[in-house]
Amino acid sequence: MTYETVIGVEVHAQLQTRTKLFCGCSTSFGQSPNSQVCPTCLGLPGSLPVLNQAAVELAIRAGLALHCELTGSNQFSRKNYFYPDLPKGYQISQYDLPICGMGWLDITVNGRDKRVRIRRAHLEEDAGKNLHDDQLDGSGVDLNRAGTPLLEIVTEPDLHSSDEVDAYLKALREVLVYLGVCDGNMEQGSFRCEPNVSIRPVGQSYLGTKVELKNINSFRYAKEAIEFEVRRQQEVLDEGGTLRQETRLWDVQRGQTAVMRSKEEAHDYRYFPDPDLLPVQLDEEWIKELSSKLPELPGEKFQRFLDEYGLPEYDAKILTESKELAEYFEACVQLYPQSKIVSNWVMGELLRELNQQGIRASASPVSPERLVELLQLVETGTVSLKVARELFPELYLSGKNPEDLVKEKGLLQLSDEGQLEALIETVLASHPSQVEQYRNGKETVLGYIVGQVMKASGGKANPGKVNTLLKNKLSA
Amino acid sequence: MSLFKLTLKELQEKFTRGEISATEIARAFLLRLNQVESKIKAYVTLRDKDALLVQAKSIDQSLQGWRKTQPLMAMPLAIKDNICTKGLRTTCSSRILEDFEPPYDATVMARLNLHQPLILGKTNLDEFAMGSSTEHSAFGPSRNPWNPKFIPGGSSGGSAAAVAADECVAALGSDTGGSIRQPAACCGVVGFKPTYGRVSRYGLVAFASSLDQIGPITKTVTDAAILLNFIAGHDPLDSTSSRKETPDFTKSLKKKDVKRLVIGIPREYFADGLDPEVSETVQDAIQTLKELGGSIQEVSLPFTQQAIATYYLIATAEASSNLARFDGVRYGMRAKETKSLAEMYRLSRSQGFGPEVKRRIMLGTYALSAGYYDAYYAKAQAVRTLIQRDFASVFETVDLLVSPVMPTPAFLLGARLEDPLQMYLSDVYTIPSSLAGIPAISVPCGFSTMGLPIGLQIMGRPFDEPTVLRAAHAYEQATTWHTRRPVIRS
Repeated sequence: MTYETVIGVEVHAQLQTRTKLFCGCSTSFGQSPNSQVCPTCLGLPGSLPVLNQAAVELAIRAGLALHCELTGSNQFSRKNYFYPDLPKGYQISQYDLPICGMGWLDITVNGRDKRVRIRRAHLEEDAGKNLHDDQLDGSGVDLNRAGTPLLEIVTEPDLHSSDEVDAYLKALREVLVYLGVCDGNMEQGSFRCEPNVSIRPVGQSYLGTKVELKNINSFRYAKEAIEFEVRRQQEVLDEGGTLRQETRLWDVQRGQTAVMRSKEEAHDYRYFPDPDLLPVQLDEEWIKELSSKLPELPGEKFQRFLDEYGLPEYDAKILTESKELAEYFEACVQLYPQSKIVSNWVMGELLRELNQQGIRASASPVSPERLVELLQLVETGTVSLKVARELFPELYLSGKNPEDLVKEKGLLQLSDEGQLEALIETVLASHPSQVEQYRNGKETVLGYIVGQVMKASGGKANPGKVNTLLKNKLSA
Repeated sequence: MSLFKLTLKELQEKFTRGEISATEIARAFLLRLNQVESKIKAYVTLRDKDALLVQAKSIDQSLQGWRKTQPLMAMPLAIKDNICTKGLRTTCSSRILEDFEPPYDATVMARLNLHQPLILGKTNLDEFAMGSSTEHSAFGPSRNPWNPKFIPGGSSGGSAAAVAADECVAALGSDTGGSIRQPAACCGVVGFKPTYGRVSRYGLVAFASSLDQIGPITKTVTDAAILLNFIAGHDPLDSTSSRKETPDFTKSLKKKDVKRLVIGIPREYFADGLDPEVSETVQDAIQTLKELGGSIQEVSLPFTQQAIATYYLIATAEASSNLARFDGVRYGMRAKETKSLAEMYRLSRSQGFGPEVKRRIMLGTYALSAGYYDAYYAKAQAVRTLIQRDFASVFETVDLLVSPVMPTPAFLLGARLEDPLQMYLSDVYTIPSSLAGIPAISVPCGFSTMGLPIGLQIMGRPFDEPTVLRAAHAYEQATTWHTRRPVIRS
């Protein structure tokens, strides 16, 4: 029996507001426990929520970029359950009137284009953190994170493989980062993903029993978890068993999913409209204004790179994959308008180093100014292209200024004709047969002789000049 | 004249004229508390005597030589114990908050405190404001100052008793389904529930978020208007608080008549279940209003019958969610020696909450649960709209509505404890105006043959506190009920 995979993804993106969704406490990460709290996010008796307008603005921005319906009226609801990290005993979320309605995101998977339908996106507050520390006698509850704004983005079950999910997550993340809505940091938990995975026999159109996967905090784990889960479900069905609708945790150590809780025991959340918050009416004018102020999206930037910089699609794609890399590129081109040359270096030398360290372009130890300095040294012939390329890793690690580094290492390109002539003499003298071949008409041997001169100069000779001088000498 | 017998206005005037000092006021009321509090049991927490005297002394020292009009300065007030007072124990008359000291002040407290009143203490209530007799307090019931065998009403029974017994010059209460008006009627004092949204709920421990309102309980209508001026007004910390401009409510007291006002008498409030004595007393009051120039008209509010059921679904549903935060994790009582999280939750809440609170949490949880939400909660909200429309419709032809506050005078302590539903029925006349969010006041209008006070309810259009106050003041000034005081025997 062959099965096809059907996946819908829920992403919880932490919104990049300065303060929490319903109070003025700071959202900054990593502070000492319970230092960013107030009566409202602590759920003290008598406290009340007040909606953060900046969060609404970011949600609308995301909704606009995802082509969602922005229907004007939206309402907050209470999701009631008991857990120590939930101070009020309910989470303020949105149930039947979310801020963003249906929309879509276009992605590319293995060269194919695909449209992923978004069912909805809604605002809700984050819970705190439970800490189970051996040093504590029991568990501790840190409520700094309680009340942080989240945007929950839900897709239709339009994804059919771990590759598609991977492409969707990366595309969604990039859009949100581009918009300044979310910082996309999966490891720190500001971009959480929960795939809902089910399988069905190929050709069927019903939805199989779905399993929700949690504890996925990297793109790689998302892939591994989905692949494991699909295999697990196939095995169960092949052996004639039935699947249960449940929530499973991805166990990194064991490389498998394990049951967290069964949906039969699932909570009845008793959703009802929160009487402490009025419905939010979205003003048409405001939405228009936000729409006109939307930052450039990845797709738009890609097109602009093609048009404005005359780059090939391959280059534009790589350079715009990350907003920061694109900004780095543009900063360089501002100073040194040879876009193809800059593109080659950014995609090649720079990206190689960044990927090896796993850091973002904005954290590059080689600033755009420095890179441009190096390119200028190549252009003026001060250093050869080959040498510049070889030198780049060291430039990257040392943080030194290119000119100083080149001088320090004595890598200045040798262009002095006197010195070059001397070298050429030496090489010609030690390669009489090649000289003979050239003089007899075998022009291709010139390359070999040039190579020998380069070698003799330790790679520093200006190849162009060597070529010219050699030709003159040999024709004399 | 003993200072504790004065109204807020009279005490203010004496103090402003320099006739008395803050220290004298403090001493007078401390003496009074000493005399009667053990019989009335109006308070859960009394402020430390010495601290009070120190505060009074510092007020006096700051005013040496000259007196500026200081509207609330040195005025001795009592605050219902479900309003958060920073540094002063706030229990909601519940074991689960028995030792809770709020780290912050409710907005109404912040606004009052700007003017340096003397807060005498926190008054008793039905636990979490759920009740109509103050018998559901975890710390025992308060007594009706007119006859200690009878209930003072609820849930703001402590505040009403304190005002009636001259244990403070004025008090704050809270009203969700009648909890200011009904105890005011039982104790023969004035109780005013403002329009929903008029007064900030920030710092009021929530019972039913779409119904709760803080309001004044006072000896006269004038005093209520004075206090309302301080606490009303938009609060950015309360998303449900209204941005409507707040008038000076004392300006409504200039006229002492109700000429050219049309007063509606809803026939559903004078039907079965109304005690004949109450009916007669209220009819007399209506006659007085007629003599004061009001034109009386019978009207109908057909959905009155559905109000109690609607209320007990909506209020309990909201309460079941609002009280979920009392779980023993961050503050309040936590059961000892529990072996699991579930057990900690279960025991903390079982031990911490009283039976009436548990009853309502269960009712509310049921009304919201899967499979029942539409039939109960959603339906109740729809009926609520119909009830609101009833009022909107009659207010097209009348300016005010007048009715009894309670179907009977105060009943004996213990009389309705066996039957919760009987207890709920005593709110039948106050609940509809709570559901509609309109302003409503209770003023004393007579006594039963047993000597227990009877109250008159006056309701008005949303945000039309001025007209309600005008009529209440006119009635009060044309009668002498408000000058009567209970004799408290030792």
